[in-house]
Amino acid sequence: MADVKKIATRDSYGNALKELGALHEDLVVLDADLAGATKTGTFQKAFPDRHFDCGIAESNMTAVAAGLSTTGLVPFVSTFAMFAAGRAFEQVRNSIGYPHLNVKIGATHAGISVGEDGASHQCNEDLALMRAIPGMVVINPADDVEARAAVAVAYEYVGPVYMRFGRLAVPVFHDEENYRFEIGKGEEICPGSDITIIATGLMVKEAMDASKQLAEEGISCRVINMATIKPLDEEIVLKAAKETGKIVTAEEHSIIGGLGEAVCGVLSEKLPTPVRRVGVMDTFGESGPAADLLKLYGLSAENLVKVCKEMVK
Amino acid sequence: MTNEEKKELQIIATKIRIGIIEGTHAAKSGHPGGSLSSAELLAYLYFKEMKIDPKNPRWEERDRFVLSKGHAAPLLYSTLANRGFFPVEDLKTLRHVGSYLQGHPNMNDVPGVDMSTGSLGQGISTACGMAKGFKYQNKPNRVYALLGDGEIQEGEVWEAMMFAAHYKLDNLCVFIDNNNLQIDGEISKVMSPYPIDEKLKAFGLEVETIDGQDLSQIEAALSHAKATKGKPYAVVMKTTKGKGVSYMENQAGWHGKAPNDAEYEQALAELNATLKELEG
Repeated sequence: MADVKKIATRDSYGNALKELGALHEDLVVLDADLAGATKTGTFQKAFPDRHFDCGIAESNMTAVAAGLSTTGLVPFVSTFAMFAAGRAFEQVRNSIGYPHLNVKIGATHAGISVGEDGASHQCNEDLALMRAIPGMVVINPADDVEARAAVAVAYEYVGPVYMRFGRLAVPVFHDEENYRFEIGKGEEICPGSDITIIATGLMVKEAMDASKQLAEEGISCRVINMATIKPLDEEIVLKAAKETGKIVTAEEHSIIGGLGEAVCGVLSEKLPTPVRRVGVMDTFGESGPAADLLKLYGLSAENLVKVCKEMVK
Repeated sequence: MTNEEKKELQIIATKIRIGIIEGTHAAKSGHPGGSLSSAELLAYLYFKEMKIDPKNPRWEERDRFVLSKGHAAPLLYSTLANRGFFPVEDLKTLRHVGSYLQGHPNMNDVPGVDMSTGSLGQGISTACGMAKGFKYQNKPNRVYALLGDGEIQEGEVWEAMMFAAHYKLDNLCVFIDNNNLQIDGEISKVMSPYPIDEKLKAFGLEVETIDGQDLSQIEAALSHAKATKGKPYAVVMKTTKGKGVSYMENQAGWHGKAPNDAEYEQALAELNATLKELEG
């Protein structure tokens, strides 16, 4: 088998910005002294006069983007998820969300796969924070193809969008030629009839691997890639619940407030169905290589197989 | 500005003050003190200085005003209403359920409001974004922002000042309403931001201190701001909180409290007397 190509979605973000920048003169990028890490440096090299470094001042940067958007520009604000959704939460909420301004937030280094930097930088709460803001679109792409497509769609969409990207290089499994990203549409990526894993971000590939392993044991596991956390594709969730009767959610995020609870919210009100949430279990992360941490915190195909088997039994 | 023009603006400032009292009394809440202190500034900006069109509030070529001290919403609303953006009678719906005149300004609800504000410190950042956006696009629009002197205790304000100076936003003019009072008392006792002018200078702004309720000094400061190139301009306005209503003047207690019926009658009587005297 040929080697699977691996690309970090933060690289996809930088590359997509550069491609879009060539097409759209109104696209500007803001960064807070992290252009090298968020990969907006790729855009900066191509369009230096359209890249505004704001220094280490994320609150100001976020509200500056709100102001920029009122002059007809389309700003992409970039920093680590911890600061984009955490430190600048209130600026996102009051200066972007409340007036529903056309600002795109590109949050990189999300989740525990930040790795060695440890818990202070491993943001497992951003989806919860951003989901709670009225009118905010929240996107968590799974691979390079999806991430680049999502950035392009976010540019075209008028209104605030939060996009979550990772530091870790992850396998590319979408087919560039055929893949179309649509806000609010989940994707059935593996068929199955016994149980469904609804996954987002880097957990989608883990879910696909889990589905393969489960098939070998006679369990037919559907996998849904839920790239848009908000608005949630309720239809695909309800269909899976109806057809497979059991749901597992998988996210590189706290089990509180993210995809898992979004899915539970829909199901508990419209079609009560047993659900198990796989994610970071209401705890802070720690330092270590990303791959080791993902295993340690149960964010793996192996753990998904275990949870699915417990449910199907 | 001729003496006649000055008198006309004083009349407008008094009418703005009447609108502030009407609004906060009808709302039974709101912030009259810090609204009354900047009435001259808004009269000058909206009736003489800014390029605006009340019939076309979203006109792209207009200048922008950001009320960073968003709790002075009654001041902004009264100014906009008196300028013809919406009916003056609507001021009495302030803070009522269903009214577009929310407790703090929302740009999507109120004609003439250029930015939603209310959470202190954020407005000045958005004003910086506007100024940067216009500068980057070589557009001539100018941006004005009004901050409270208590507001500048927010760290974000200083991030914004750094940004404004770093990007040489000479299309931005920042006003600080230095009435020396905040909710808990004198700003120097609560958490002193003094010396305000020296701090602004150190952050790279061109700074001037004026009597913020003297229209001639406001006019001069605005002309200095326009003549300044390569730097954002800041005007520290020494003002009297609650100006124009005797019992509210210099009283921190009137920061966020509405006048009751008797107080309302007295305030209106005083302001109408001022108006009558000016209209002579």
